[in-house]
Amino acid sequence: MKYPKPTFKERYENYIGGSWISPVDGQYFENISPIDGSKIAEVPRSGKKDIDLAVQAAHKAATRWAKTSASQRSEILFKIADRMQKNLEKLAIVETWDNGKAIRETLAADIPLAIDHFRYFGSVIRAEAGEISDIDADTVSMEVHEPLGIVGQIIPWNFPILMLTWKMAPALAAGNCTIIKTAEQTPISALILFELIGDLIPPGVANIVTGFGPEAGKPLAQHPDIKKVAFTGETTTGRLIMQYASENIIPVTLELGGKSPNVFLESVMDKDDAFLDKAVEGLVLFAFNQGEVCTCPSRALIQENIYDKFMERCLTRISAITMDDPLDSDTMMGAQASNDQYEKILNYIDIGKQEGAEVLIGGEKYANSLYPQGYYIKPTVFKGHNKMRIFQEEIFGPVLSVTTFKDQDEALKIANDTTYGLGSGVWTRDIHQMQLLSRGIEAGRVWCNCYHAYPAHASFGGYKKSGIGRETHKMMLNHYRHTKNILISYDKHKLGFF
Amino acid sequence: MAIERVLATEKAKAIINKLRETHGELIFHLSGGCCDGTAPMCFEKGEFLIGARDVCLGSVHGCKFYMASDQFEYFKYMQMTIDISKGRGSSFSLEIPLGLRFMLSSRLLDDKEVTQLLPVEMNTNI
Repeated sequence: MKYPKPTFKERYENYIGGSWISPVDGQYFENISPIDGSKIAEVPRSGKKDIDLAVQAAHKAATRWAKTSASQRSEILFKIADRMQKNLEKLAIVETWDNGKAIRETLAADIPLAIDHFRYFGSVIRAEAGEISDIDADTVSMEVHEPLGIVGQIIPWNFPILMLTWKMAPALAAGNCTIIKTAEQTPISALILFELIGDLIPPGVANIVTGFGPEAGKPLAQHPDIKKVAFTGETTTGRLIMQYASENIIPVTLELGGKSPNVFLESVMDKDDAFLDKAVEGLVLFAFNQGEVCTCPSRALIQENIYDKFMERCLTRISAITMDDPLDSDTMMGAQASNDQYEKILNYIDIGKQEGAEVLIGGEKYANSLYPQGYYIKPTVFKGHNKMRIFQEEIFGPVLSVTTFKDQDEALKIANDTTYGLGSGVWTRDIHQMQLLSRGIEAGRVWCNCYHAYPAHASFGGYKKSGIGRETHKMMLNHYRHTKNILISYDKHKLGFF
Repeated sequence: MAIERVLATEKAKAIINKLRETHGELIFHLSGGCCDGTAPMCFEKGEFLIGARDVCLGSVHGCKFYMASDQFEYFKYMQMTIDISKGRGSSFSLEIPLGLRFMLSSRLLDDKEVTQLLPVEMNTNI
């Protein structure tokens, strides 16, 4: 099915204090669709003054919001989910046009996962509790949760609505107000989401500001009234965010990417059955979201005795990937999110060739006859070794680097030979091997006989340089609140010191 | 003849000049990972805290160029060129409001060229 190109307003504004507010300095920038390189609309080029306005609006709302009951906040999160459900198709089309990804993914993954995420956090806050301990017969210790206050959340461009949800849902559930800065490349979908759900949230509790990193992101990260910053992006900005946070002594959570190994053991080829078919798809998932996923399984490690036969099947599957019209639900892969991302991926393909890696498929841009001005790259597979740059650096494109290993020990060594540790995959029919490898791999997520599943009730985050803290799962609530200890004595007698 | 590790195209130099007029002395730090990884991030000197494990690969058009030492392991035998492209990066790099993005292209050096590479500096400017 082919979906229509969405229509947009000429210009959008920031969402601050429950209203649409023009940027103080009156400046806007153009948002471009990567599908055809055309202008979508103008959005605010916000600066420090706009961040200050948003913080003031959040400040007004914070005390009352922090005192709402869990059931009130839960009800709001459920209403957001219901409103999104009713508008799923609209949001999916907008997300596809803003980001470039294929509509089949926004319809089946981005928006449904976001909806479920709001429901998840709406649910867990109703069922969780603090802790009470009897220290001794007369002393009771209570661990009570309290929101941090106002938080700053900087959203990446690869899953604009889903990543906004991953950050906003737990922050609101825990009783915080938030200032969200959307990504420069994909600012629109969050604004359209708030056109739909804004009336459900008390004014000032959630605010959206668009703009550029050095002009809007920096004053948000440095603002003295911001009590925590959450950021998804690369390591240099991650370090800057930590640096700014150190000025105010506030916590950060960072998700900084990966170079995830996807390990295929010989037993996957023991039978020609549904599981083998699933494993082949598991390798081809490097092309999911055009490879623009922090957990992209961008390194495939294949046991050498099955390499030829397994790879043959995978290459057949990759050659069947369709990528013409991202708005057609039969299309499997869309456009890269921006021009500079497109150029960077092509530079990496060049580096892979210079380093002597063998191109097994793809290795060039894709001439999309429907959208000649869009940013399309063919799914690409290189065969090489783990010391090459294409095995060590996150390309963030549909580029897979494949190598082989002799045995389980070598597989583990190669899997862990990376500065990152976000995602990973293990494919085997041997449960003992699965246990050894899943515990041996240094990464925050090990998918065993599956990949790219993101249930809300499973934690997500990085080891090593992939970041600090976790997202998703109810443990996320504790990244958005203080623990207060109330220590009560029922003893009427003094200590006796004075 | 000594070989520089980092070069810049004339277009990139023009943008560096423009940014220097507004912001003063500049440095580059190469990012890693995720959405805007392996991009030369341009900051005012002193904005980004250079760490003890950052390597300085030399100066390019008057700007020191740094990257993390573990990342440098894979750049040892490369010559990089900073170029400029139209586009939007998501980071705090100074050229982004201009609707431009610094990009890095790389060339693998041959064995002879590698021996002529200028040495890197560790722990400088701290």
